[in-house]
Amino acid sequence: MADQPASVSSLPDPALQMGAFESMQSELRVQTLTRPSLSYWQDAWQRLKANKRAILSLYIIIAMLLFTVFGPLVWRVDPAEQDLLQVSSAPGAERSAIIVAPYSAWDALEAPQIADAQDADAAAPASVPVNITDLQLAETATTQQVRLEWQPMAGAADYAVYRNLVEPTGPGTFGLPLGTTGSKETRRYEDLLDLRPGPLYYSVVAMDALGHELPQSKTLRVNVANAITLDEAADRQLIKPGETRELGSQVNFALHPMGTDYLGRDMLALLMQGARVSLFIGIAAPMLFVLFGIVYGSMAGFIGGRTDQLMMRFADFVVALPFLLFMILFKIAFGIGPGESGIIPLIVAMVVLLWPATARLVRGQILQVREEAYVNAARLLGAKTGYLVLRHMIPNTMGVILVTLTFAIPSAIFTEAFLSFIGMGVAAPTASWGSMSNDGIKSMVTHPHELFFPALMISITVLAFNLLGDGLRDALDAKMRSRE
Amino acid sequence: MLLYALKRLIQGLITVWFIATATFLAMHAVPGDPLSGAKAMTPEIRKNLEAKYGLDKPVSQQYLIYMGNLAHGDLGISFTQKNREVNDIIREHFPVSATLGIMAVVFAGLGGTLFGALTALYRNKWPDTVIMIAVILGISVPSFVFAAFAQLAMVKINGAIGFSLLPVAGWGSVSHIIMPSLVLGLGTMAYLTRLMRSSMLEIISSDYIRTANAKGLPPTRIFMKHEMRNAVMPVVTVLGPAIAAITTGSFVVELVFAIPGLGRYFVQAVQQLDYTVIMGTTVFFGAFLVLMVILVDLLYGFIDPRVRVS
Repeated sequence: MADQPASVSSLPDPALQMGAFESMQSELRVQTLTRPSLSYWQDAWQRLKANKRAILSLYIIIAMLLFTVFGPLVWRVDPAEQDLLQVSSAPGAERSAIIVAPYSAWDALEAPQIADAQDADAAAPASVPVNITDLQLAETATTQQVRLEWQPMAGAADYAVYRNLVEPTGPGTFGLPLGTTGSKETRRYEDLLDLRPGPLYYSVVAMDALGHELPQSKTLRVNVANAITLDEAADRQLIKPGETRELGSQVNFALHPMGTDYLGRDMLALLMQGARVSLFIGIAAPMLFVLFGIVYGSMAGFIGGRTDQLMMRFADFVVALPFLLFMILFKIAFGIGPGESGIIPLIVAMVVLLWPATARLVRGQILQVREEAYVNAARLLGAKTGYLVLRHMIPNTMGVILVTLTFAIPSAIFTEAFLSFIGMGVAAPTASWGSMSNDGIKSMVTHPHELFFPALMISITVLAFNLLGDGLRDALDAKMRSRE
Repeated sequence: MLLYALKRLIQGLITVWFIATATFLAMHAVPGDPLSGAKAMTPEIRKNLEAKYGLDKPVSQQYLIYMGNLAHGDLGISFTQKNREVNDIIREHFPVSATLGIMAVVFAGLGGTLFGALTALYRNKWPDTVIMIAVILGISVPSFVFAAFAQLAMVKINGAIGFSLLPVAGWGSVSHIIMPSLVLGLGTMAYLTRLMRSSMLEIISSDYIRTANAKGLPPTRIFMKHEMRNAVMPVVTVLGPAIAAITTGSFVVELVFAIPGLGRYFVQAVQQLDYTVIMGTTVFFGAFLVLMVILVDLLYGFIDPRVRVS
């Protein structure tokens, strides 16, 4: 192989005459790029765009922000306003109500059915049924009153009336004892107690002369309809002033797309207000402590030496503080005055306790970047410390910082929700998703929507920030790239 | 090794001192004092009480007394409960929290390693997808929501089968522990699963696993001896903070399930502004956290010989 070039030059080729050559135009195409060059951030953005989950999460977060910022402009319901006609109403609950006459005493209660009772006693026991029969409504059941009546039974001296939300399965499951009729002659009962629209199960139990319950009972399923008196409808501005409505006509209660809470406040408006508190704490606190961490960490990393040692040791101590206990401790130490929401103490406590993680991270990054050649070059050219930090150090650690921030937000939202849930977070009139969950859990069995919606909001937001954080980490930081 | 342990222990003591000081300062920054919440009293009685509790002395002297008592292991007497020492309260309620916490850590540790290893082995197949979706949920849904829904589900299940499969709330028997500790450990389990998965994936693609395969070792042996043992390392490191976080973060689960643990007691003390109990509990939990981190670090040295050298 080695002798080949020599043999080529030694052989005079007749084709290789002077005329066979022509001057060649030199072209500088060596450096042409096939693709446009991308900066770090452009590259990261392209990677992020390719990550469908992260982009979807980004949209969810933007939607959440729009919901809390512009939501109240669209849905103009005061979250503090109480709708006492619809307390704890589920979304999609019946809103129409019939207008009924104001309450008047049930005359029949005053005049017991002595006549037929005497008849029953006079007649042979065979003609009197051995159980309560014909338990029925005396008139349409409404939220104003439920009136029951039934036929006598043999051996009953008195009747007890019970009410339940679920169907009773036997003695002991009749539910709320409403009262007794007082005598065997009265076989009517009027229930006025805190009536809500929906199905109710009324049970009438026969009692003996000693007041013991007999095994005989009868249960009736009653569908209670919304009803409102004319005066009340006018009071609550359900009827326009001056408008006359007939009894029996329908009015509609105010609309609550997500139902109301236990105080009759509109859930949608509350969620918007709660989002404002939760997201504000969730975003402001991490921003502040990450900022502090950057300043602290870059100072320690840049100064180095004994100062660095001392500063980082202090950070280690702060890390060792039990986080939640100290959050609570600081909350008491700062104190909440009357009428204050408690948002600021919460943020301050988070900043005081959570900065060291970022500080450590930034310090590590700064120590790394400090050894880079371009930093030395800049220093050689006479760059001042401040310039170095701002121009080289911070921008080169920005990716890691951004990822930290994105993961700090969901944990801050969690912390706020957690503290508000145990009653150590925002103070009463201010609602956050956490405090709404705390209110909702008390009536979780009967009105699950009061817990479900705020819990769903927290979960979706935290999920979105976590997935966006994953995407950002993959896009920005090659070293931390998760292997998925 | 012994020197290292000793060094860590001294560091830990300094940290506990720092925690105690921070707690003391935080409590003294609270507006008002422990006596201002009590019933109206004449200045004389107040003076007497202040003298009794040492509240009339300057803050620096109070600090010295507090530290002196702390060194003797005396955390003081409750302000709201008559003749009840903070030590007694901790002795009575901490075992409950600890039992709950240990069970939760066991659930989280076992579940995390198992599920993490599974996802890595079945990467991009259906077990991976299912478990990772569950993990995302576990990380994103707050523990109180899990607690509430677990309780609600249990009510429905107990109602449906007609007898009590698991108690819905309370404390006392083994069956009381199961549901709260599962709920308590769920978040940590999700986190550990993720950690285990990425660590396992890294191990699987490493050279010595290829060597082991080339040698013709049986897959189970490779899995147990080479993959699991190495992949579990990062999980062990975070176990220390996890134990402390679980044990001290059990307020919610204790509140929801009505468990008489120290967490619930702490929340109660905060609501009643029972200063000595708050301070005592915080210092105790802080010391416990520090101890756990040190223990796990030492344990890590035993598992991974490389750490002992450095």
